[in-house]
Amino acid sequence: MMKRNLLLLCGVIVLAVGPLVFHSKTAKFSGSDDQASALISRIQPGYQRWAMPLWQPPSAEIESLIFAVQAALGAGLLGYYFGRRRGYAEGKEASEGRATH
Amino acid sequence: MHIMEGYLPASHCVAWGAVSAPFVIAGAARVKQVVREHPQVKLLLAASGAYVFVLSALKLPSVTGSCSHPTGTGLAACLFGPSVTTVLSAIVLLFQALLLAHGGITTLGANIFSMGIVGPFVAYGLYRTMPAVGFSVPVAIFAAATLGDLSTYVVTSFQLAFAFPDPVGGIFGAALKFLGVFAFTQVPLAISEGLLTVIVWNLLGKYSRDELSTLGALQGRAA
Repeated sequence: MMKRNLLLLCGVIVLAVGPLVFHSKTAKFSGSDDQASALISRIQPGYQRWAMPLWQPPSAEIESLIFAVQAALGAGLLGYYFGRRRGYAEGKEASEGRATH
Repeated sequence: MHIMEGYLPASHCVAWGAVSAPFVIAGAARVKQVVREHPQVKLLLAASGAYVFVLSALKLPSVTGSCSHPTGTGLAACLFGPSVTTVLSAIVLLFQALLLAHGGITTLGANIFSMGIVGPFVAYGLYRTMPAVGFSVPVAIFAAATLGDLSTYVVTSFQLAFAFPDPVGGIFGAALKFLGVFAFTQVPLAISEGLLTVIVWNLLGKYSRDELSTLGALQGRAA
């Protein structure tokens, strides 16, 4: 299973790095939502954005901080979950081993 | 990437909100029921939510030369069903709207519809039907997570096309343009999400068999 998971992970890395290499000179890698708002103003040039976010991260740094916090919270919880499950499975195995000896 | 604050006309915001609200309410009731009847899966429920959190935070480059992020909803949809996933998605969308100016409060209903309702229903439908017609479970999980992700952005494209029909091509013409921005960018990201979800599924198969069988019972079938 570990080997198969490593292979799958390699696939993910190739998919993420591939575009960076492939478009290294030409692309800006802007967000697709920014491109969509640009497209909206081309389709309907008079459209007035009628609501603004209640709060905006004051800089790109703060924005990346909050994205990192989001990812860290999620990854931390996932790690806790699998660590707990693994410990539980190993503990069960060990106690079953003792029982049979 | 979700529909930005203020970028849907107010009438559309209200309409999508009205469509999504019953799903959120039904989902919240379902979450309560699951937690009450099977308290032992609480942590797995939190972990599925955490997976949505992580994947929604990963802005990945795509072959189109732009960036977007996966949704992460396929895992929760396969484990807990679509209505529970609606609630998890709503929480993540609210977090991003309030703290990241990503998506929006006015567009929350529309974004819950694409990410929290259509995506999870597509994923769940594939997960339930594909093994029945002979596909292996990992293939079904891959397809569920990939197409759940992609369908979310197809819906987003159509939501924008309904609001901003092209002067020449109409709704369909606009949809093609928005699909070019959202859906095409999403293809490699959706595949990544499919692969990652199979990885997590494999780990669950190794360490969480008892929880998976509880959830199997929960969905009304032998695991």
